Amino acid sequence: MTATSEQIGTPIAAKRPSRWLRNPMAKIASIPMILTALVVFVGGTTWTVVYSFTDSKLLPRENFVGFDQYERLWSTARWMVSIKNLALYGVCSLVLTLTIGFILAALLDRKVRFEGAFRTIFLYPFALSFVVTGLAWQWILNPDFGLQNLVREWGWTSFTFDPLNNPDIVMFGLLIAGIWQGSGLIMCIMLAGLRGIDEDIWKAARVDGIGTIKTYVVIIIPMMRPVFITSLVLIASGIIKLYDLVVAQTNGGPGISSEVPAKYVINYMFQAQNLAQGFAASTMMLLSVVIILIPWAYLEFGGRKRG
Amino acid sequence: MKLMNKLLTATAIVSASAASAVELEVTHWWTSGGEAAAVSKFAEAWNATGNTWLDGAIAGSGGTARPIIISRILGGDPMAATQLNHGRQAEELIEAGLLLDLTDVAEAGGWKDIVNPPALLDACTLDGKIFCVPVNIHSAQWLWLSHAAYETAGVDVPTNWGEFVASAPQLEEAGLVPLAMGQQGWQQNIAFGDITLAVAGVDAWRAVSVDRDIEVAAGPEYAKVFEEMVVARDMAKNSNVQDWNMATNMVITGQAGGQIMGDWAQGEFQVAEQVAGVDYTCLPGLGVNEILDTGGDAFYFPVIDDPEIEAAQKELAALLISPEVQVAFNLAKGSLPVRGDIDMSAANDCMQKGLNILANGGVLPSGDMSLTPDTQTQIEDLMAEFWSGDMSAEDGQARYVSIIEQAE
Repeated sequence: MTATSEQIGTPIAAKRPSRWLRNPMAKIASIPMILTALVVFVGGTTWTVVYSFTDSKLLPRENFVGFDQYERLWSTARWMVSIKNLALYGVCSLVLTLTIGFILAALLDRKVRFEGAFRTIFLYPFALSFVVTGLAWQWILNPDFGLQNLVREWGWTSFTFDPLNNPDIVMFGLLIAGIWQGSGLIMCIMLAGLRGIDEDIWKAARVDGIGTIKTYVVIIIPMMRPVFITSLVLIASGIIKLYDLVVAQTNGGPGISSEVPAKYVINYMFQAQNLAQGFAASTMMLLSVVIILIPWAYLEFGGRKRG
Repeated sequence: MKLMNKLLTATAIVSASAASAVELEVTHWWTSGGEAAAVSKFAEAWNATGNTWLDGAIAGSGGTARPIIISRILGGDPMAATQLNHGRQAEELIEAGLLLDLTDVAEAGGWKDIVNPPALLDACTLDGKIFCVPVNIHSAQWLWLSHAAYETAGVDVPTNWGEFVASAPQLEEAGLVPLAMGQQGWQQNIAFGDITLAVAGVDAWRAVSVDRDIEVAAGPEYAKVFEEMVVARDMAKNSNVQDWNMATNMVITGQAGGQIMGDWAQGEFQVAEQVAGVDYTCLPGLGVNEILDTGGDAFYFPVIDDPEIEAAQKELAALLISPEVQVAFNLAKGSLPVRGDIDMSAANDCMQKGLNILANGGVLPSGDMSLTPDTQTQIEDLMAEFWSGDMSAEDGQARYVSIIEQAE
């Protein structure tokens, strides 16, 4: 990676060495990672995709059945519910975590008193695992012991807030826990981004008479593009692998109303002892990531070279 | 010379006791109060032989524990012994040669003659070899009724499913939940199976679950079953607990009229010091068809390449089925023993009912034995969806038929 910057100062040799032989040490050092990437990621993925076309049950076997597993997958109600849930959770989580993270960071950046204390409080949930988060929120949202009971004891006896037992809004119960856990980290990243903005920009904006909020929206946020992309990647990878929170908080219930794709994969691979069905589901998960990732990568990296 | 002899004997004794003091890790998912009490009976008996029982309890139901157990066996980190429900769950593990052949232990102990009903041992047998030790019989066809709840509502305790349904409005008026139901697919599937046996009868059940007869599954008997399920769903609409023992607790404390659950619920009543016939009533076969399935738990022993451990595994296998251990374990767990030749007079009212039914041959193969885990999971998913939403009886039946059609 440091190759190009070192090359700048050196005089151009009579004959340029082959691209592949430049910086041999750096290349040797990266061999283990390249191998890992090839064998574990590419190899494992290929293996999974290939076996998703078989009728493997508990153990993998090479009895190919074409697209049967995929046909069954897409005609399964639980899978369809899982996909819808993930889409709902994904969109809400992405938007809300970014918004809340940024607003918290911007507020902290206004040179408030006890900033360190606030930062710690907001970041604390991130130190908890999803399992602990899920259990804690399961208790908080329990109608008999938690929030609902508390508000009723204060005197508002008709107050009803029972998302975990209501199939229509159970995903929002999960969302609250997910955002509570994740927004602290995003806030920290955003705060670092905000601190990286030159003080002179603010002064210039003030001289030009631009309001604080408008400065944030029009000048600061566009300047924080790399920070936003980092946050986006972190949040998105958290969304697609959403599993432990669901298992701890609702276990997919009530009924199948909070099922997610990752849970479907695990359940079908091990509990139902139908490996191929689980593989088909995980291949679909991979495919959806690829479909989102490739156009974005093309715009992000391909576009810039030409522009 | 004498000294030499003494020394040799001493070393022999030391090495012999060293050989038998083996630490075996045993995994299981018995973690509720009654279950934990029962499993400690095994551990005590095993520790009394000079060996060590390393308890590997996995919290959560079988659905959580089974994947962990299977992935450990497949991943080359096997435990010394593990609980599984016998039947088709372990079939492929056996075929892959990952489980220890116990045929010699079984022959030495004469298991063929003592295990009753014989179907239990058949479920452990593949190609004439025996791969597991059945330890108890679990039947799922029980309706547990709370005397306290019926007293509150001022109704007599029902004696069958029909009366139970009829008493629901009075219970609701008294502010109670007629039917306690944990919102998990496997529990709802148990209720489905039981209601099927009570409403459609044994023949229809057998035609669908064992012979996969599509016409019966789509026929009028099963239509009635799904209508009854809608009724049961309404009765359970205010029951918002998840775990089965939480639902049992609603019955124990008199907040709910009844619960459809397997006989393992009895362990919870015992821990709460309730007396069968006084504080609670049990109706096998929902009080309609007195028939029990013979599912149950069995122990499997993964192959470990160490003769010392293998010998200890076989010793443990023989111990688990020995008369004293069977009595102690099953009394604590509320399940029925796998051998018909032991004295269970200490058993309570409900267990006696179960023993009588077994002795009279009112026996069904369990769903675990006739359906693959894949099909079971699909049915459980359907049940979870059916019970939590407002799916109509017709839709439920149509979905069920398509699952049975695909079943292998």
